[in-house]
Amino acid sequence: MIENLTPILVGTLGAATPLVFAGLGELVAEKTGVINLGVEGMMLIGAIAAFAAAVSTDGNLAVGLIAGALAGALASLPFGILTLSLGANQAASGLALTIFGLGLSAFIGQGFVSYSLSGVKPIAIPLLSKIPLLGPVLFNQDIVVYLSFVTFGLVAWVLAKTRLGLVLRAVGESPEAAHAIGYPVIAIRYGAVLFGGAMAGIAGAYLSVVYTPLWVQNMTAGRGWIAVALVVFATWKPARLMLGAYLFGGMTILQLHAQGLGVAIPPQFLSALPYIATIVVLVLISRDRKLLQLNLPASLGKPFIAGG
Amino acid sequence: MARKESPCMMTHMTNDKTVDLAGKASERPHVEPRLSLQHITKRYPGVVANDDVSLTVMPGEIHAVLGENGAGKSTLMKIIYGTVQADGGQLMWNGRETAIANPSAARALGIGMVFQHFSLFETLTVTENIALALDAPFDLKALAVRVKAVSERYGLPLDPNRLVHSLSVGERQRVEIVRCLLQDPQLLILDEPTSVLTPQAVRRLFETLRQLASEGVSILYISHKLHEIQDLCDSATVMRGGRVTGHANPKQETTGSLARMMIGRDLPICQSPEYTGDSRFALEVRNLSAVSVDPFGVSLQNISLNVQRGEVVGIAGISGNGQAELLAALSGEDSVDYDNVILDGIPVGKLDAGQRRDLGLAFVPEERLGRGAVPAMSLADNAMLTAHRQAGMKHYGLLNYAATREFAKRCIERFDVRCNGPQSAARSLSGGNLQKFIVGREIMQAPKLMIVAQPTWGVDVGASAFLRQTLIDLSRSGVGVLVISEELDELFEICDRIAVLSEGRLSAAMPKEQTNAESIGLLMAGKAEKEVA
Amino acid sequence: MPLLEPRANPSRLMQWTAPLIAIVLTLLVGALLFYSLHVSPLKAFYVFFIEPLETSNGWSELALKASPLILIAEGLALGFRARIYNIGAEGQLLIGAICASGVAIYSNGAEAWWVLPAMVVAGAIGGGLWGAIPAWLKTHFNAEETLTTLMLTYVATLLLSWLVSVPWRDPGGSNFPQSIMFNDNALFTLLFEGLRVNTSVFITIAAVLIFWVFVSRSFTAFQIAVGGQAPAAAHYAGFSSRKTVWLSLVISGLAAGIAGAGEVAGPVGQLTLSLSPGYGYAAIIVAWVGRLHPLGIVLSGILMAMIYIGGDAGQVSLQLPSAITGLFQGMLLFFLLGADAFVNYRLKRRKPRSLHKKVTA
Repeated sequence: MIENLTPILVGTLGAATPLVFAGLGELVAEKTGVINLGVEGMMLIGAIAAFAAAVSTDGNLAVGLIAGALAGALASLPFGILTLSLGANQAASGLALTIFGLGLSAFIGQGFVSYSLSGVKPIAIPLLSKIPLLGPVLFNQDIVVYLSFVTFGLVAWVLAKTRLGLVLRAVGESPEAAHAIGYPVIAIRYGAVLFGGAMAGIAGAYLSVVYTPLWVQNMTAGRGWIAVALVVFATWKPARLMLGAYLFGGMTILQLHAQGLGVAIPPQFLSALPYIATIVVLVLISRDRKLLQLNLPASLGKPFIAGG
Repeated sequence: MARKESPCMMTHMTNDKTVDLAGKASERPHVEPRLSLQHITKRYPGVVANDDVSLTVMPGEIHAVLGENGAGKSTLMKIIYGTVQADGGQLMWNGRETAIANPSAARALGIGMVFQHFSLFETLTVTENIALALDAPFDLKALAVRVKAVSERYGLPLDPNRLVHSLSVGERQRVEIVRCLLQDPQLLILDEPTSVLTPQAVRRLFETLRQLASEGVSILYISHKLHEIQDLCDSATVMRGGRVTGHANPKQETTGSLARMMIGRDLPICQSPEYTGDSRFALEVRNLSAVSVDPFGVSLQNISLNVQRGEVVGIAGISGNGQAELLAALSGEDSVDYDNVILDGIPVGKLDAGQRRDLGLAFVPEERLGRGAVPAMSLADNAMLTAHRQAGMKHYGLLNYAATREFAKRCIERFDVRCNGPQSAARSLSGGNLQKFIVGREIMQAPKLMIVAQPTWGVDVGASAFLRQTLIDLSRSGVGVLVISEELDELFEICDRIAVLSEGRLSAAMPKEQTNAESIGLLMAGKAEKEVA
Repeated sequence: MPLLEPRANPSRLMQWTAPLIAIVLTLLVGALLFYSLHVSPLKAFYVFFIEPLETSNGWSELALKASPLILIAEGLALGFRARIYNIGAEGQLLIGAICASGVAIYSNGAEAWWVLPAMVVAGAIGGGLWGAIPAWLKTHFNAEETLTTLMLTYVATLLLSWLVSVPWRDPGGSNFPQSIMFNDNALFTLLFEGLRVNTSVFITIAAVLIFWVFVSRSFTAFQIAVGGQAPAAAHYAGFSSRKTVWLSLVISGLAAGIAGAGEVAGPVGQLTLSLSPGYGYAAIIVAWVGRLHPLGIVLSGILMAMIYIGGDAGQVSLQLPSAITGLFQGMLLFFLLGADAFVNYRLKRRKPRSLHKKVTA
């Protein structure tokens, strides 16, 4: 039993890792009141940049991740200029970013279709990896998975315990009040948007350099949108976001295993499960308007242009 | 470019009353003014918000800045606090010329500000809110202890761990004041601080302010309420249309002379013909209870009320005590039981806002832009918002634009709305003119019941008087008028009966001759604040 | 320092020049891009914008591609006015195509006149229903329509994939995932011999006229616009927000569904995996660039069709990557949104003269 479970759980963590990075980045941006629907586009740009960088350095993972993060952050910049400096509609601008990212990554990626990378070997943490079941799942993973744990810890700690986190939350709740007492609202939001871009870029890098590891056009297949939905599901709480990401990772792996075992359900129906689950999850959370309103950053999606 | 002028040249240029103050200062050479503004100018597109404004505040002085809405008081305070940069002029702080780049620099100098619309964060605790405005190291536990100590010392009781959304408006103001006090301010700016307070709470605030002044803190007190300024302030600078129209000692002036400085003429007085009584109800509210859908809202508890044809009934109380919920239940924006709300004899509790309007309801909401009118749409389009049910406005679902423009034009003429015609965007109008348009739009539909929330909030004195008179005249033509307002003076001026809404409960409506501001104030405070008092 | 300050009245001039500015900027960046790919920008622009119009076939292709783009965008624009962001028109188009194909496949062999009309109706109903799901999820469960419409597009794609690979696969089609070729009575009539443009363009023309009257004159469209610009004002006036959600999503789904039927009963002629080159997404941009105005959308739809045709032509005659189409689409929307800021804001004028002596506090 455990023998069957372990690979499923190990796979779950891998499948969830892009969602963790992209979701945490989007969560921070939304905490400051900016909803960026361009996650899918930033992930794709991150993915191709990382893949290109890794291919040209013989599969150097660090170079790939850094390239992915930088490309993701860079991709978020036009979105930031539009929504923060020019007061444009956030939903439309995010959508533009996704369409642009799809086009740009495909454009760059045409030269990289035939390449492949060898992937990344897991690193077993001594002693801890020997714990039955949990050990191989949590402590025999590739370095990026460990990095996702650290990122989660950092984001959760900063948001809950530090002045920076308090300022981020304050800006998201009332940019007018934050401006009145002297915080540079626009600059803070730029920071959060760029962070979200970098995280989405790393998420894309993980897909193309570690998880697949190939470049395929539109390879994110909606993961960026699922990450956006997860932030709502998480009611803007990092721990719940992790939970949601692992649930979705689990579902992805389970449907793959089911396809492999030749279950008599058409594979297309199994592949549709994560998307249908996203809708179900959104419905379950959104129907409780009070819960949503209590946790929603009050200024989410509303443009702020500093008056006077 | 720096302005190079000697101080004595400056005195020649300012008007007589400043010379008095400057003169006093020179007799006692050791005392520098805490703050001295000279020739401050600030322009916005289309308006000069501050035009050559000069004023001086001494240590320990309570100095009033008096002026009606739109006189430029708030802009001036934002310049002092560094949220806005002046286009011209000088600011002297303790005798030294200083540029205040941002609020953080202002706080570092010792300037604290209590905002009119509080700059607080609802979902954060009292301590977290205060920490955000302090430049001290981040230690919430230690700060909570200090908050408690300071709040007790100045008679401003506060629980540091409460979330702000659970506080009353009076308590929120305390958070703002305590936040300033923790920075040992030398100058405290209060922008219209009493607009949300009960008369009793105003007295407690004044005690705190006098205590601070006696400790040497200077206070800039911004208000348009004449009797408060006469009660509290040592000196006053009066502004009108962005300019200083005089400096005065308010205690030596009469309300009339201050008013003339403030608005350039005598305060207008409303004419209120005797209410003769009409037993038919325009509105009956029976045992209305409603749980608020807003997690930060207030639930209504067993509210009963009636408004007869021909009378004006007022509901006093501080916003956030169920006003929004009551208005939503009355206007039809929220649905309740049929028998809870009876409009002109017809139970309408489950009907939506449009259906209730069809039966003769008119409603002017508190938010003019975004609720009463669509900001970017023209006045003609905004007329359509509620006047589409007028004859000739639409045929088979298609609109008649000529008729709408005509309606808007008549409304503009009849209610003296100053604008560039029916095509002007709603957001291009001043608060008073937009309010006249909205009130006019509603009246022109010949309602049986008119509900108005905060009729003169943010409106200049002239337009306020016009609006109040309009409402009185409307009632005397046989319409029931219900006014919800935070301004007690206003309610006593126009209403026949007054009730108080506090914590979701409504007191019985009393004829205004049988009550007074003091007892209304006690009802407004509710249970919680009475215990503290 | 803030760069912008609000205008008192929205600028009507900017309202209509913003799309032109966006087009010019896209062309400028495009020129740089071509230059960097060692393609002469002038030659590229010739291939993109002039060459297709030199032949009757070019005009035919332009109409053929502009027609579904315009039809979908008209529906989307209605929702965008209400700030209902249906971004799943691609899925609604696919479901429309599936339903229309169902009619064609099950009526195969019947030489009846009603097959084509039934396909159009089936496509409309299918697309409308696919749009109704997010409407129901929004009005009853408060679920964001942006996410649900998009997720449903992935579901629609997988459903299509299953249909063409299992139940509806052409038995004589050498195992390709595609349906049988449709009979003539399941296809729109060609307008000109030898050109692909067909009578479905009349549906689009009729739709443009209907939307034009509806948007500019109807009370319902006014209610929708109020709901989009100021939800509280719509609530105050007693305009039903549920009605707006249903109308927006069902009508836009319906239009996309008809467009899907037009593809399978038109140039594609069967149900395949690649029946739409992303019309549902491109129509979002068409709607915005057309100012959400029924006639503006006609112009922007033609522009977008040119980008599609130019992309294809560029691939053939200049060896440009096919992805360049998506890149242009994204840039166009980016620049438009940027230029749009100046409808309601203007650049802050420089301060007249600063009289501040800068002393650090």
